[in-house]
Amino acid sequence: MGQVFNMSEYVLELQNIAKSFFGIPALKDVTLGLKKGELLSLIGENGAGKSTLMNIVGGILPADSGELYINGEPYRPTRPSDAKKAGIAFIHQELNLFTNLSINDNVFIDSFPKMGVLPLIKKSEMSSRVDKALEAVDLHVSVDTIVEKLSPGERQLVEIAKALSSEPKILIFDEPTTSLTNKETEKLFGIIDKLKEEGKSIIYISHILADVEKLSDQIIVLRDGCITDRDKKENYTIDRMIQSMIGREINQLYPTKTNQPSKEAALSVKGLSQSGIVHNINMDIYKGEVVGMFGLMGSGRSELARIIYGLDPYETGEIIINGEKTEKHNPQKAIEHKMAFVTENRREEGLLMEFSILDNLSLVSVPSSAKGRLKIVNEECVRSKADTIVDQLKVKCPPIENNPAKSMSGGNQQKVVIGKWLLADPEVFIVDEPTRGIDVGAKYEVYNIINQLAAEGKAVWVISSELEELMGICDRILVMGNGEIHGELTREEFDKENILKAAFNQTEGKAERGVR
Amino acid sequence: MSALKSETHRQKKSAKQIIQGVFLSEYFILIMSLIYFVCVIPLAPRIISKSNLLNLLSNLWPLLVIAIGQTFVLLLGGIDLSQVSIIGVTSVIGTALMSSSFDPAIFEGTPLWGWLINENGGPLAGSAAAVPVSICVMLIIGTLIGLFNGFFVAKFKMPPFMVTLVTQMFLLSFAIYLTQSRNIMGLPESFSAFGRKSLGFIPYAAIFVVVIALAAHFILAKMVLGKWIYATGENEVASIVSGVPTKKVTLFCYAMSGFCAAAGSAIYSARLGMGRPTLGEDIMMDIVGAAIIGGTSLSGGKGKVIWTLFGVFFFTLLFNTLNLFNLSYFTINIVKGLVILAAAFLDVIRTKLMTRMSIVNGAGV
Repeated sequence: MGQVFNMSEYVLELQNIAKSFFGIPALKDVTLGLKKGELLSLIGENGAGKSTLMNIVGGILPADSGELYINGEPYRPTRPSDAKKAGIAFIHQELNLFTNLSINDNVFIDSFPKMGVLPLIKKSEMSSRVDKALEAVDLHVSVDTIVEKLSPGERQLVEIAKALSSEPKILIFDEPTTSLTNKETEKLFGIIDKLKEEGKSIIYISHILADVEKLSDQIIVLRDGCITDRDKKENYTIDRMIQSMIGREINQLYPTKTNQPSKEAALSVKGLSQSGIVHNINMDIYKGEVVGMFGLMGSGRSELARIIYGLDPYETGEIIINGEKTEKHNPQKAIEHKMAFVTENRREEGLLMEFSILDNLSLVSVPSSAKGRLKIVNEECVRSKADTIVDQLKVKCPPIENNPAKSMSGGNQQKVVIGKWLLADPEVFIVDEPTRGIDVGAKYEVYNIINQLAAEGKAVWVISSELEELMGICDRILVMGNGEIHGELTREEFDKENILKAAFNQTEGKAERGVR
Repeated sequence: MSALKSETHRQKKSAKQIIQGVFLSEYFILIMSLIYFVCVIPLAPRIISKSNLLNLLSNLWPLLVIAIGQTFVLLLGGIDLSQVSIIGVTSVIGTALMSSSFDPAIFEGTPLWGWLINENGGPLAGSAAAVPVSICVMLIIGTLIGLFNGFFVAKFKMPPFMVTLVTQMFLLSFAIYLTQSRNIMGLPESFSAFGRKSLGFIPYAAIFVVVIALAAHFILAKMVLGKWIYATGENEVASIVSGVPTKKVTLFCYAMSGFCAAAGSAIYSARLGMGRPTLGEDIMMDIVGAAIIGGTSLSGGKGKVIWTLFGVFFFTLLFNTLNLFNLSYFTINIVKGLVILAAAFLDVIRTKLMTRMSIVNGAGV
C-alpha cells in the first residue's frame, strides 16, 4: 500500500469498493468522493446497494475489497465507534431514540461525561452541550424532556442534535423525511443548508426525488451495486434520475386508467361516528372505482379504515358492504364480506417477517385450501395458488417456501401483502399508504395492480398522504381532517391547492356534495 | 493484501456456516443425545440393560405428553405455569372417583367426605368403567382449567405468566385442601396396569401418549388451526388483521396444555398407584426445559412436537444416566439446573445466529 494519495480535496473518498453476500455481489467497484461542504445525494431502488455502501462507511460491514480514505488518510473501520471517531455521524431512517429517556440521556447514551474518576454523571456539562446542539437544530425544548412527548419531527431533530454533539465532519442522512410533516421537512432542509454553510459534508439518501433535486450539489445513482449515473445537480431532471435508477425509460409515473366506475356501491358508510376519532362519516365507494382519501397525520383517515374493517369499534352509523348491512363486526366477518385491508405498517401489521413468503401469502386464504371438518390444509393447493400470485404480481423473491418475508425488498414485501389478500378474492380493497418506503419502479407496479383491480370491477379505497399519487391513480378524492370528511373532488376537479385547503381548513373546505 | 483479507473473510464465514448448520439443525438435540448415550455406555454399562431401557422409556411418556401441551402455549409466546398443579388436582379427583375404600379415620375430615367419597370408596368404585371414566373426567377437568387460563389471557390480555402463576398457587392449595394432604389409595388393579403393563411389547402409557402426540403433530403440521397458532405466536397484530381468530386460537392452546397435563397426571398416578395432591410439584423446570432444549422458542412462533420429543428424550436420558452414576438428589438437581441454563443459552445463540444471518442477507437484497 505504498501508494501516496494526494486527494485531500475530498473529505471522504471510496475507491473500488466491492462487497458480496454468499457469492451474490451487492456492490461492484464503487468509487466516489465527497468534498467539504458538499451535499451528495445517493439514490437508487431498494436493493441497489445504498445501505450496504453506508454500512461499510459506518464500520458495520467490512468491504471485500477497495479502500476508504478520510482527508486522504486510509480509513479502515471495523466497528461503528471507528466511524464516530473519524468524524462520521449517521442519522437513521428508523429513529433510534429511547423514548423512555430524556433528550439529554439519549444524546449521551454511549458517552456520558463523568465527574473525574468518579462513576457519576456530570449533568452540567451534558446540559450545556445538548443545549448548544438543540440550538443548532432550532428545537426549543428543555434538555430534560422525555422523548416520548416529542412529535416525530422533533424526534428527528433530536436525532440530528445527537449526531451533531459528537462534532462530526460528515453527516449521513438516511431517508430523514419519511415520518415528517411538510413543515417539519422544510425546517430540516433549513438546518441541512446551515450545516453545509458550516462546512460539513453530507450524504443524503432518499426516495423523494423532489427533495434530492432541491438539496443536492452532486447526485449519484446506484443500480444493482454499480454507479449508473453521476453528475452535478444542475444537469439532472427527475426523469433522468428515474431512468438511471430503474435502467429503462419511464414514460409516465402512473399507469393509464382503464377502469370504469359503476353506479353500484360496493361499500357504503352512513353516519359513522366514534367519539374523539371520527364524526358523521358518509361515503360510498362504487364497484370498479378507485377512491382516494387524503388527510394529514392525525386526521383520522387510518382510524376510519380500521373501524370500517372491524378492528376498532364504532358507536353509531351503518356500514353496508355489497348491499348487506354489517352488524358490529370483526376482521373475520370483514373477510367473509369480501373486504381486504393492506395496512400502513407492513412490518407490524402486514407480514409475519420471520415466516416464509409462502406462509405469508397463504395466511388469509388458507381456510379455503383446507378440507373436511378438521380443516386439513392441502399444501399443494396452497402452493400452486401462491405461485400463481407471485407470477401475476411479478414478485421478485427467493424460493417462497424457505425464505422469510424479511429477505425481500420493501416493494416486493408490499406485493406479497397485496397478494395475500388477492388470494382471498375480495371485492373491497382498503389500501393504506400502499407505496410508503418503496422505490419508484415498485410504486408504478403497485399503481398498476390497483388500476387492474378496479378494472376487474373491485372497489379500491386508497389512503395516502402523497397527494400527487392520489391524483395520479384515483377517480375521486375524499379529503379528511379532524375526523370528518371535508371535501370530495372528482377527477376533473383535482387541484392540489383545493385539496390541501380542504385538508387544512375545515370551514373553507366544506364542499360536501351530499349524494354526489 | 486485499485479496488475502477477503480470503480470511471467506474462511471465517464458512466456519460460521458450519456452526450455524449444527446449531440450527432440526435434529441437533437428537444427535447430541445419541452421541451422549454412546459415550456413557463404557462408563455405565448398565445403561443398555433391558430393565434400564424400559425404565428410561417409562419415564419418557408422561413428561412427553405434558411438555407437548406446554409447547402449544410456548408457541403463542406464552407460558403455562399451572400445569404442575393441574397434575395434582386431576390426580386427586380422578383417583377419588375410582378408589374402592377410604379409611374414615383419615378422610372423614376432608371436604370430599359424604357427598363424593365414603367408607365404600368413590362413586365409581367397583364399576367396570371406573378407569376409563375417571381418566376422561381428569382430562375434562384439565381442559377446563386450561380454558380458564386461556380466557383471561385472550379476553383481558393479561400476562400469561401472571395468570398461570395464580392458577398454579390456587390449584396446588386446592388439591391439598381436598384431601387434607392425604394420598388416595385403594385404586383398581386395572388402573395400575395402565401405568405399568404393556400390550405385547408396547406399554399402555406409550399408546396413550403416542396417540396424543400424533394428534398434536397433526394439528400443528396439517391443520389450518396449526397455521393460525404459529401465525398468532409470530405476530398477533398482523394475524388479527389477516382474519386469524386469535382469541379462539389462544383458548385452544391453553386448553390443550391443561388437557395434556391431565393426561400426564393419569400416567403418573397410575404408575404410583395412588392419587397425590403434590404430584408433579417439582417438574415445572423439566417441562419447560425439555421444550426449549428441543428448540421451541420462548418468544413464540417457533417449535414442533418432534422437537419437544427430542428435548424430552435428552432430559430423560440425562437423568437416567445421572441416577446410574449414583449421584445424590441435590447433585442431580445441580446438573439439571446447569443443563437448563445451557439450553436457555443455546436458545439465545440460535436466535442471534439467525438474526445475524438475516441481517447479512437482508443488507444484500
